[in-house]
Amino acid sequence: MWIAALLAVTFLGACVTFLAPDRYAGKVATAISAVPAVGSLYMYWVYLTQYETTGNALLGGDAAFAQTVEWFEIAGFSVQYSVGLDGVSMPLLTLTAVLTTLALISSWTPIDDRQSQFYGLMLLMETSLIGVFAALDFLLWFVFWEGVLIPMYFLIGVWGGPRRKYAAIKFFVYTNVASLIMFVGFFALLFGLGDSISSLGLAEITAALTGGELSALAGIEPATLKVLAFVAMFFGFAVKVPVFPLHTWLPDAHVEAPTPVSVMLAGVLLKMGTYALLRFNFTMLGDVARGELVAWMPYAIAAIGVLSVIYGAMLALAQRDLKRIVAYSSISSMGYVILGLVAFTPHGMGGATFQMISHGLISGLMFMAVGVIYNTTHTRMVGDMSGLADRMPWTVGIFVSAAFGYMGLPLMSGFAAEYLVFVGSFGAPTLGTAAPLFTAAAMFGIVIVAGYLLWAMQRSIFGPFRLETDYDVGPAPLHDVAPLAVLLLLVIALGVAPDLSYRMIQHAVNPILEVGGGV
Amino acid sequence: MVQLPTWAALGPSLVLGLTALVLFVVDSIDPDSENVGLLAGIAGLGTFTAAGTSVWYLISGTGLPTEQGGRGVVDLFAGQLIVDQMALFVGFIVASVAFLVVLASYDYLEGLAYQAEFYSLVMLAATGMTLLGASNSLATAFISLELASLPSFALVAFLKHNKGSVEAGLKYFLVGALSSGIMAYGISLVYAATGSLQFGAVAEALGDAPASVLGVGIMMLIGGVAYKTSSVPFHYWAPEAYEGAPAPISAFLSSASKAAAFVLGFRVFVTAFPIGTVAGTIDWVLVFQVLAVATMTLGNFAAATQERVKRMLAYSSIGHAGYVLIGLAALTSGADHSSVLGAGMAHLLVYGFMNTGAFLFIALAEYWDVGRTFEDYNGLGSEAPLACAAMTVFLFSLAGLPIGGGFWSKFYLLMATVNSGTWILGAALIVNSALSLFYYSRVVKAMWIEDPVDGGFDIDHYPVGLYTAIVSAAVITFGLLFGFGGVSAVAESAAGLLV
Repeated sequence: MWIAALLAVTFLGACVTFLAPDRYAGKVATAISAVPAVGSLYMYWVYLTQYETTGNALLGGDAAFAQTVEWFEIAGFSVQYSVGLDGVSMPLLTLTAVLTTLALISSWTPIDDRQSQFYGLMLLMETSLIGVFAALDFLLWFVFWEGVLIPMYFLIGVWGGPRRKYAAIKFFVYTNVASLIMFVGFFALLFGLGDSISSLGLAEITAALTGGELSALAGIEPATLKVLAFVAMFFGFAVKVPVFPLHTWLPDAHVEAPTPVSVMLAGVLLKMGTYALLRFNFTMLGDVARGELVAWMPYAIAAIGVLSVIYGAMLALAQRDLKRIVAYSSISSMGYVILGLVAFTPHGMGGATFQMISHGLISGLMFMAVGVIYNTTHTRMVGDMSGLADRMPWTVGIFVSAAFGYMGLPLMSGFAAEYLVFVGSFGAPTLGTAAPLFTAAAMFGIVIVAGYLLWAMQRSIFGPFRLETDYDVGPAPLHDVAPLAVLLLLVIALGVAPDLSYRMIQHAVNPILEVGGGV
Repeated sequence: MVQLPTWAALGPSLVLGLTALVLFVVDSIDPDSENVGLLAGIAGLGTFTAAGTSVWYLISGTGLPTEQGGRGVVDLFAGQLIVDQMALFVGFIVASVAFLVVLASYDYLEGLAYQAEFYSLVMLAATGMTLLGASNSLATAFISLELASLPSFALVAFLKHNKGSVEAGLKYFLVGALSSGIMAYGISLVYAATGSLQFGAVAEALGDAPASVLGVGIMMLIGGVAYKTSSVPFHYWAPEAYEGAPAPISAFLSSASKAAAFVLGFRVFVTAFPIGTVAGTIDWVLVFQVLAVATMTLGNFAAATQERVKRMLAYSSIGHAGYVLIGLAALTSGADHSSVLGAGMAHLLVYGFMNTGAFLFIALAEYWDVGRTFEDYNGLGSEAPLACAAMTVFLFSLAGLPIGGGFWSKFYLLMATVNSGTWILGAALIVNSALSLFYYSRVVKAMWIEDPVDGGFDIDHYPVGLYTAIVSAAVITFGLLFGFGGVSAVAESAAGLLV
């Protein structure tokens, strides 16, 4: 009932917010979103104390807070409202709930137009995001997955920057076409499984796939079918992540989106892609990902990951706009996740999942900090400002800390995540002798990250004060800085004690490594 | 407990027909009356009662064989009419669409003459459509078809001082008359070949029928059904008629009339010409496969190139006809027939609400003199957020995004194609759905994201009737995302009675 309650509160809250007068919409929405935020933190604590060792929900694990209700039957498949959490989805769900509340608070300053619609859509998006991470039935999951697109499309298109229309359409078309390709790939598998499954429950499908129940479909052999479906699904999710070379929608969307939307986009939406990759490609079709059917598959995936790391970082290096820098750096960070996943080692996969959470917090923090700077200075160009540290010390202090987190400074969550990924990928059995090479190349990304972040901070934050706009620069209001502080605390907490998440992640991720293939 | 007489099973049609007569009486007592509320009220009550009756019969098991726990399929007038779950299902679609249309017309017709005639023509057309769903013989089918068509011709031309409307009515009438002729000829050939008009008897006589005569007859019947469902290549009248007609009538024709014609098609081809028997003469499944792919592709491509919203919706409704044709086109030997037909019917029901809603939104825009092109809708979202939110639900649901029942009904159709091995249909469905999102989202973009051209709108009146109709359609469309299970179950069991 817990998850249903979260979904209900956010959805009904969205309806209430739509009807609320503009003046109060921000406060109303924030108050409403505090309920799932606190609720999910409580669930997190309950999970830590009671469910930690329940394993992977798709691989026979006993999902926490699970609830299954028969929904209806369609052409012989039963569709269920089936939700539950394991060590992978629990932290992501908490991240979503907490980040939404903070993003809503950070919207109070910049959003001054059609507020009730803005806040309503944000809550609607939260509903879908919670659903994505909690759903354990394919169709239910897909409903939420596509459901995220619609509020996002409006949030970028209506409240975005000057090129918002272009960015919104591009985002919508890219991710929707990707979803359809993924959908086709997944359905090829379902029909290949035929009568061996009776519902679209993810656990049942996983069991059938790993148990070798797949049969030929339309003259395509099971092994080929698996590979084709894997590629279609990988493509679909990779656009969402996004990885090089499918990333071009992301900078546009990020730069045009209003700050709180960027926070959600970088903090949670990108994780939908990696979460789905982990659940579908690496759990259900682990044998393809490990290269048991096609030998070059893990190398190709690792190459995509490493290329994303390097290429994203290089692009970030070339930017002059603070927000663009942060946007491109996300591509880079998501590359680590891909590399960690394909390593198929406990630390690799666990580190990758930990990186999803860590990046959610840090990138959210960075975007928020850039947003606060922009609200005050009305520019984001590195060349237009200098010496902000004197005028807005708190904001800048947090921004610098976040940047160090991004660079992987110890005692911050970024360090733990990247360290785990590298340890995991260094000895990756799937990559054989090339594993150290891939790892070394990816590690080089950190150097570039440090390069562009230090460069940007040096120019914009330190030195004598100078600003090429007409705005008076002073300390930001408390409600702008407070969410930053909360996020920074979380980043440090996870950096000092990674076990707060890492242990539960490991219990959920390790079963994946033990699954054999099966065709 | 009172046992109703068997003819009461025709309840929905009878109620609609009676409502038309009552409207005539009211109008003849006081022809100059300006009492619009009374007329709309009677029509609304009639359609609501008809829809309610259909639901009540469906729930109480009328039209379901007794061995399945129902009260039996009702066979009337020596098998000329038959009331099974399918007839009630289409009765519900027609009556509920008519209800929404009546509700919306209350405002739309403000200040126009001949309102009583308008409502009674709608009632008569609806009566014909419900009877079409219950026809069990080619004779009654033809009569019902004409009863549905003739009032429709007049309704399309209802705005008689508007050139577009009159022209649309004329085109619709000419093409309609021609296709009625073709269909009548087809019926006579089938009669010549089999010596029977009643579906069951036709099917029994197929064995001895001369193949050539029968084949031509069936082809002509296919033409008749294709015309009425606005399928390629008999679709030319549809964009003109839908664009020229008053928008509530466009909604009515593109949703209700199409649903009735499809259900007739399902019944004729499945009961009278079982594919197993006639495959040697004419493989109508193959014909419908070609028609389905052509219809959905052409409809969608044409919709994507339109400049005017109403015309875009008209073409997209051709595209949707192509989707529903899957219900016939996927009836291959390996398929689970009740699930394939059921998918088509479920889509008709969901489509009935979302498409009606979309056209009623156009009616609202026409009421406000907003304009016809996509650009004219720019920024409408800030003027009428509720109606635009509803329109957004309709359009995204029509595109198949999971925001309304359209997602499930398309998914169900996809399952049907896969289940029958007709991959090409499934692929066409997916590609076309992706394409349709492009033009549907143009409207959404115009309403919410673009800024109004030259200074905004001059809207000072929010019509209650239209709003109620649009919002109810939106709530139902959204609700079907959760309640689709009930629809698909009824559709599948209704379809199961045929095959």
